Parts: sequence; structure tokens; C-alpha cells
Amino acid sequence: MNVHDPFQNDVEIQWCPGCPNFGILTALKRAFVDLQLEPHQVCLVSGIGQAAKLPHYLRCNFFNGLHGRAIPVALGIHAANPTLTTVVTTGEGDCYGEGGNHLLHAFRRNPNMTVVVHNNEIYALTKGQGSPTTPVGEVRSLQVHGVEMTPLNMPAVAVLHDGAFVARGFAADPDHLKDLLVEAVRCPGLSLVEVIQPCITWGPHPVSWYKERLRPVPTDHDPTNREAALRLLLGQDGRFVTGVIYRGTERPLFGHRFRSAVGNEPLGRLGFPENDVVRSLLDKFRAH
Amino acid sequence: MLDCTLVIAGSAGEGIQTIGDVLADALSAHGYAVFTWQEYESRIRGGQNTYTIRVRQDPCNAPTWEADILLCLNQGAYEKAAGRLKDGGILLAEEPYDKAAMVVPFKAMAQERLGRVIYANTIAAGALAGVLGMERDALEEVLGREFAAKGLEVVEANRQAARLGYDAADAACRDACPWSFPKRSGSHYLVTGNEALPMGAVRAGCRFIAAYPMTPSTGVITFLAKRSEELGIFCEQAEDEIGAINMALGASFAGARAMTTTSGGGFALMVEGISLSGMTEVPVVIVLAQRPGPATGLPTRTAQGDLLFAVHAGHGEFPKAVLAPADPKDAFHKMVRAFNLADRFQIPVIVLSDQFLADSRFTITDFEMDRSRPESFLADPESLTIYKRYALTDDGVSPRLVPGMSHHLVTADSDEHDEWGHITEDLAETVPAMMAKRLRKAQHLCRAMKPPEAYRVEDAREVFCSWGATRGAVLEAVDRLRKEAVPVGILHWTELWPLAPVTFPQGARLWTVENNATAQLASLLGQGLGLRIDRHILRSDGLPLTARYIRRAYHERA
Repeated sequence: MNVHDPFQNDVEIQWCPGCPNFGILTALKRAFVDLQLEPHQVCLVSGIGQAAKLPHYLRCNFFNGLHGRAIPVALGIHAANPTLTTVVTTGEGDCYGEGGNHLLHAFRRNPNMTVVVHNNEIYALTKGQGSPTTPVGEVRSLQVHGVEMTPLNMPAVAVLHDGAFVARGFAADPDHLKDLLVEAVRCPGLSLVEVIQPCITWGPHPVSWYKERLRPVPTDHDPTNREAALRLLLGQDGRFVTGVIYRGTERPLFGHRFRSAVGNEPLGRLGFPENDVVRSLLDKFRAH
Repeated sequence: MLDCTLVIAGSAGEGIQTIGDVLADALSAHGYAVFTWQEYESRIRGGQNTYTIRVRQDPCNAPTWEADILLCLNQGAYEKAAGRLKDGGILLAEEPYDKAAMVVPFKAMAQERLGRVIYANTIAAGALAGVLGMERDALEEVLGREFAAKGLEVVEANRQAARLGYDAADAACRDACPWSFPKRSGSHYLVTGNEALPMGAVRAGCRFIAAYPMTPSTGVITFLAKRSEELGIFCEQAEDEIGAINMALGASFAGARAMTTTSGGGFALMVEGISLSGMTEVPVVIVLAQRPGPATGLPTRTAQGDLLFAVHAGHGEFPKAVLAPADPKDAFHKMVRAFNLADRFQIPVIVLSDQFLADSRFTITDFEMDRSRPESFLADPESLTIYKRYALTDDGVSPRLVPGMSHHLVTADSDEHDEWGHITEDLAETVPAMMAKRLRKAQHLCRAMKPPEAYRVEDAREVFCSWGATRGAVLEAVDRLRKEAVPVGILHWTELWPLAPVTFPQGARLWTVENNATAQLASLLGQGLGLRIDRHILRSDGLPLTARYIRRAYHERA
């Protein structure tokens, strides 16, 4: 065990050897160190899939829940304890497919948490079916004549919903990804970091194929310009755009009204209500 | 003995709920024991609905069908409800629908005397107060409270409307109406299940609720949302029921006592979350307010059709508890019990309500609040040097900590896991050990469950087995049958799963009495206690069981 890395644990990693997921794991650990967080201050939340196994490989609190359900679990955790750094680690099948509805409404709620989506354009743990982001025409194990549905462009959806922070990284570039993750966690509101994560076992293209096509955001891109952000994402090769794409307008955070009245105390520390509180509720129903 | 039933019939939007509530509040404030129940269509305007008020001197929280007094606000209401009027009962109506009707033209009076037809409801409420022989100012106080937010002018106009209605009815029925409701001493609570359940949750220390609106459960989260900041309870309307239960599980994991509420269809969506609670051992309380199914069924009607669904909800094998309160007082205490059981055994606990319990107003003499207290079962982080969330223990309950509250790391895993909460496929040791650990909790849970309440079973030759919110009707039916010298008793379950051991009276014939079509309690007792019960009194038309219905069904089948 590396004594310098408080987030290092000794759990056997089940990913395929050489999987770009390792790069995401490295980036996340380094981001937490950069953010000067300690393991007990972090809570990772995931659903099911290869990406969703990530919390097991990092020393911190975690809730590895059901397929598609990471976001509502994370919302509950965040509502109960806003002082925890809550990060969802998920794949596009988990988060855009099975749990798409939860993500859409998470943009509306704008909780102060980060969602990291490992996008490998394939269902890897179930051996190669099409995913919500598989490009039209690419063959998958269930789409033997090529995928017919158009892929979801979730970063664009995030921009449309004025997501607080929308970025895309590349799993094979953990340095850059780490920087994006640090910014994402620091940014108040819902941060979506989509990560291009080529599947080296089932995917049709090698890592180099993606690397050659990456399109870092132009140096003069203004991430507060919504139209510019959409133009990048909707333009040709928009799926390969990497970097900080959009920063949303400042708007109220999930639970702000409740928290401004009650304070930031974890709900578990509020204790049990006094007898008088309950009695005065009951007494409203006593005839007089 | 005074026992008067008043039925108000009208379309949605005509204000029968306001009339009913004002009158019920006034009668309660006069010291009477009031019970009300409603049956209504799933629409916001139109249709034909009824609001029934039963008034007595001593509480009897059981629904009645036949009306001593029937108020009809329109022709269709009369056509639907006229059959409920007892021989010699009083029909009060907007127009002369039949020749015996006592006509008080509420709408015309409101328009002519007060300039606005909106006061017709209060005129009708005043007329009912007149028919009941209440005092002329009986509604004044209640109207003052009801309309306080709308200003003094509106309060005064409503009081005037009530007096107009009162005088019109009083003049018309001075000789025909035998009733008299002078003010009595005594003070009761008048409360619905959907008010008592959230108050119980408050008592239990609930700090988080997420739910998707679904009749008849919605009142629970509405009650808490109105008082969210004052009570320190985080309330969230979820995007769907799957989101709702997963949010509750997240909040619970992070240290908040958490719950969700729904009805059958939403509960179906929550089922994977119940299994998740079972596997992750994260406590959660689910209120399932039943309505008739399958599918959308009858959204605004009542049923006890989800008992077996609740007991069996969730894939895989894991312990859970199912409770079914009998009335609002019981609902208050059962919520505290539900949260305590959920925390103690780290399991999902389902509280079965139904439309009848949710919407009916019951008279409660005393809540005896102090009988239930929230208990904490969290471990002390200081006492643990190494922390394993799923540590194997004798009783199967692992010390539970909350993330972020200490340096110990807390995990939850929906995969089969080791003691640390990490995924395992060690079929030789870890997997069977974890399954056995969770199921050990079931044995201890079983010992904590309470047997059914027994009523007049000592000398009973017939025993009615019933459960949940039908208790009032079954009790009244048994008292009536006893008066006819039928030796009947009751075993009434409010803690349904796991089943505590029960002693049945020797030689008595067993029946189940249920608001469903397939005698689900009988199946459950067969499964849990190896018992065979093949006599049933069942009702599954969306209406609540009444004493009259039970008595009649008993005589038909005995």
C-alpha cells in the first residue's frame, strides 16, 4: 500500500488489464488529493456496470447501488449531509440509459455534486451491446446490422439545462482529466464530466483511434457562452470535443431553501424532536 | 343511544368536502365523537361523490352506509345517493327531487341574499346544523378558523350564510327532525390516517422523505412539506417512485431517518429498492396506501389488495417487516415502531395504509404519545478500532455507522459483498456467511413482532381474523352479532410480517374478514402458521367494509 496515497486500497481490480478505466481511477484519486480531501470526507456513489465498480477500488465511503440509480441515492446522501463530497461514478448505460430520467431531473435540481460518466459507447459488462451513445451504423453484439438509433448527446442536454459545469475528458489522459475533476468538484452545482473511455475488449476502435480524433476546446472558447458551447457539441465531431465546455449561470442549489433555514448540519445530527414539537402538532387536531 | 349518520352528496367542485369538514369540526368542537369517510371519483370536477359523517357521544370509528340525513346538491347526487336514506330519514335538497324532500335553495339564496353563489356551501352547512338541532351559532367558530386567511369580511359573510341556512332548515323541520346536539364537555382529536402517519414519522425522528404524488398516499408528504423547515425534515418530490426510494436509501445511509410513500403502482416501481435495502442493510420505511388494482384500478377507492405483494416485495431472500395500522392512533405509534424496527434490524419496513384510513377522520380520545419513543441503534465510532460495515455477528446485525461522521469509512453494496462491503464471489465461505447473517436477523425480528389483538375470543365459537384499518367495522359487527347471541370474537393483526406465534381459541371456526377479493390474510396465515382458513367475508368493490356488510355476509354464510 502506498502510504502517500490515502485513497489507495488493496482490493483486486476486476477490469480488463489495460482498460482506460484505470486512467479515470488514477485521475479521481489525484483530484481528491489535490482538493485536500480525506477519505472519510468523500462519498462515491455508483450503479451497475464496469464504471460503477470504481468505488471499490478507492479508499473512501461509497454506496454501490442498483443499475441506473446512482443519482437518486447520491441526492439522498447529499440532502442528508451536504458537507460530504459526493461524486457519482457511472457509465453511459447506467446513467444515460437505465437512469436517464434521474439525470434529467438532477439538472433541474442542481445539487452540488459531480457526475463522472465513463462513456465507452458500449455495454461492456454484458458483452458488447449498443449503448445510448453508440454512433449510428456501428455494429454491436445485439445490433448486428449496425445501431439505428441516434446517440444521446448528454453534454448538450446538460448545456440546454444550464448545467453548472459541463466538461469532457479522455481516460488515457489522466493529467488533464484530473484537472477537470478538480474543477468539477469545486464548482457549486451539478457538474457533468463525460469521459471518453474506449473499450479495448469489445469496442471497434483502439485507444489511438480516439486519441487522433480528440478536439480540445479552442483556446478562445468562452465556457460561459451557451451558444458557443452548443455549437462545439453539436458541430461536426462534437463527440470528440474535450475540455471545459460550459459553465452554467449561478442558480440556487438543491435544498437551498431548506438549508438556509436549517443550516448545513447533517440531518443525522439533528437528533430526535422534543416532546413539545410533537404535542403541538397533535394539538392542532384537537377540537376546540 | 345517539348514533346519527349524515351523508352529503354532490359533484367534485361543489364543495362537499368543505361542508363536511366544517360540520364535522363543529360537531367535534361541541364535544361529540365524529367519524367521517369519503368516497369520490378520480376527477377534479363533476362526477358524484359522498362525504359521510357519523356522530355519537362515544367514539365508534366505523363507517356506516345508511343515512339519517341526506343532503343532495344536485339531481345526479340524489339519484346516486337516495338509496342510502333510511325510512323516515330527512332528505335535504337544493330542489324538490322527490316529494318528501326538504328544499333549501342554497344556490339561489346565496345569489339573492349574499350576492355570490360561492356561499351556497356554507348555507348548506348551516342548514345541516339546523336539521341536526345544533345551536344557531354552532358553526361560527369553525367558520372563523376556516376562512381566517381570507379576511374578516369573508368570515362574516360565511357566518351570515350559515345563519341563513340554519334558519331556513329550522323553520322547515322543527317538528320533523328529532335530533338535538347541545354543546357537551369533552375534547377529542379528529384526525385522518394521512395526518397521523406523518405525525408518527415526526415523533420517530424522520428527517427525510421523498415521494412521487399518488393517491391516496400523497397527503403524507404534503403534511410534512408544509412544515419542512420548521420541523427540519427534508422533503423532496421525486421524478418517479424509483427515484423516491433510492433517495430515501441514500439519505438513510448518510444518517437521516428516511421514508417514502406511495400506492400500489408506485410501490411496484419501488420493489427493486426494497431488495436494495435488504442487501445493503440500509433501513427505510415505506408507506403503501392501498387502492384497488390491478394497474391503475380505482385510484380514489379503498382496498386491502396488496398484503401479499408487500410481504413478498423484492427479489432475493432477505428480512423485512410489514405493519398495518388499525386507525390513526395506531398509525402514529406504528410509524415510530416502523422506524425503530428498520433501524434496529437494518431492514425495509412497509406500513400498509389504504384510502379508507388515509382519508377518513377518526375521533381519538388520547394519542398516548409517550407510549412510543424513537430509539437509536447506531454504533459509537469511538468504540470501534477497525470498522467493517458488514461485520459478521451473532444476531446478524452489524454495527452501523454513518459516512462522514468519523474517520471510519462506511460502505453499502448491492452486490454480494464481504465484511468490508466489497464485491465477492467467494462461494465457499463469504457468500453463504453473508446470506446466513442477513437471515439471522429475520429470526430475531420474528421474536420482536407482536401477535394479533384478541377481542371476545375466550368463549367465541366463531373467530373473525382481520387486519389493518378494518378494525372499527369488525369490532362493531362483532358487538352487533354478540347482541344477537352469536358467539363471535376477533383476532386482529396490525403486525403482519413476520408473523408472531398465535394461540387460536380451541374449537372455534376461523374466518377472515378482508377488504379484498382473494382472502390474502388467509393465504398469509397458511404460509406463516400452517393454518387453513376457508371461510371468508370479503369486499372488493372499492368501498370500505361496514358492520352491516360484515353482519349480513356472516348470516348468509354461517
